[in-house]
Amino acid sequence: MIVSQTEFRGALLDGARDRPLGLVDDKSRAAGRRFDVYRNNVAVSLTDALATGFPTIAKLLGEENFAAIAGVFLRQSPPASPLMMHYGAGFPEFLADFAPLQHLGYLADVARLELALRRAYHAADAAPIAPDALAAIAPEQLGNVVMTFAPAVETLQSPWPVHAIWAFNMADGPKPDAIAQDVLITRTEFDPKPHALSAGGFACLTALKAGVPLGDAAAKGSEAAQDFDLGALLALLLAGNAITSLTLTE
Amino acid sequence: MLDDAPRFAKLPNRPGVGYKPQHYSALTTDPGDVGWLEIHAENYMGAGGRPLAQLRHLSERFPISVHGVGLSIGGEGPLDPEHLSRLKHLVGWLNPTVFSEHLAWSTHDGAFLNDLLPLPYTQATLTRVADHIDQLQNTIGRQMMLENPSSYLAFSESTWSEPDFLREVANRSGCGLLLDVNNVFVSATNLHTDPKDYIDAYPLDKVWEIHLGGHDEDEDDHGSPLLIDSHGKAIVDPVWALLDHTLALSGPRPILIEWDNDVPDWPVLHAEATRATQALAKVPA
Repeated sequence: MIVSQTEFRGALLDGARDRPLGLVDDKSRAAGRRFDVYRNNVAVSLTDALATGFPTIAKLLGEENFAAIAGVFLRQSPPASPLMMHYGAGFPEFLADFAPLQHLGYLADVARLELALRRAYHAADAAPIAPDALAAIAPEQLGNVVMTFAPAVETLQSPWPVHAIWAFNMADGPKPDAIAQDVLITRTEFDPKPHALSAGGFACLTALKAGVPLGDAAAKGSEAAQDFDLGALLALLLAGNAITSLTLTE
Repeated sequence: MLDDAPRFAKLPNRPGVGYKPQHYSALTTDPGDVGWLEIHAENYMGAGGRPLAQLRHLSERFPISVHGVGLSIGGEGPLDPEHLSRLKHLVGWLNPTVFSEHLAWSTHDGAFLNDLLPLPYTQATLTRVADHIDQLQNTIGRQMMLENPSSYLAFSESTWSEPDFLREVANRSGCGLLLDVNNVFVSATNLHTDPKDYIDAYPLDKVWEIHLGGHDEDEDDHGSPLLIDSHGKAIVDPVWALLDHTLALSGPRPILIEWDNDVPDWPVLHAEATRATQALAKVPA
């Protein structure tokens, strides 16, 4: 009786399927619970990986609910590679579409924030510009500056108070207000830090990341929000070691 | 010395531990009995950040054993070329002292199942495993060690004993072996054989590293003990006794303490390393 890996895998992820015949104990009796050790290892290890990768979601849902939801996800989306640091890239979309969670509309964006924090943690190291490099540029040239950013820099736009929800659960922040929040993630050395962006910040930063010179990018910020504060955004980027080069364009 | 020789030519015949970031400061201040470290390859395949910075630093001080947990050497399908190149990259920049992987499969049809799944010991498996090891060794440009699994069940189609199977794989592919003594104990208990017979039949001359770890206890459908390789507890006395039996036959070897779940504080882990030092002290060099 030959047991193929297709049959083994099928029974591993589907508890309703029969355990493969041909798997036995030392007396040639059906393996029974012995096979369930593998079923359990797979479900538990993948659930643990998701709970480690999405600690805020795990806290918001509670251990039991999280395990039940992770159990559905891991069966429909097992990892596509052995790099568990990347597992769960599809979890935000899964949460957004999962009918029983429709009343918690913010979950998917909180999961996107946690994925971005994980990407930032593993992103390549990059040397930031000198702290005074921007100040050294002549004021009339500032508008022509094009920036590049560290691979750890991430941005996220959300209609939900995602930063406040993260901070309330993970960093002793105050109770979130019902506002939209865009987020910038920087990594000064090894620990990624999410910052709530003030109005216009996301539009300006998106332009800067696309290689738009500072003057035009700042205009994008002001179009998005009249009270856009370019100085505050630049201070955040400099403090977060986010900028890796400055180039002047004509 | 060749430019591409590892910083540490071989693992010392001393205890090592599976590296956990929470032990970084203990290891870099006073590692005590711990003479080398093992890392899981897949945890160090990111582009940068703390994991790689810590590993770079540790590799200047300790011989490093890289232990792969995701290549699926026993898989029915071809090895994942992307994963092969990731392994080549890691082994290339880190230049570890040794590399090992498992006699198991974990990926099938595009899904990585995050567990070490069992193989039937047949001619077909033998050919496939030896070919995959050959492919890996050619990719990373060095020999690897293959680790014996923990068995919870058997395949009715198997025609080889595990020690004979591993010996033949090693002969065909030229790989070394990593002997997990806890896995031998777990498998022997679960399949009602004598773990000493397994050790006595094992090609100990091909063993370059030994693993020790803790296991959980459960029962099968018939009330027989079913041990589960959990790496979440202290090593039990019968496994230490089996280590003594092994070392008496093999001579001293590098011994790894594996503790991957419910990872204890440093003094508890270090006490296991001290016990391994004591086991090694009983063996003539």
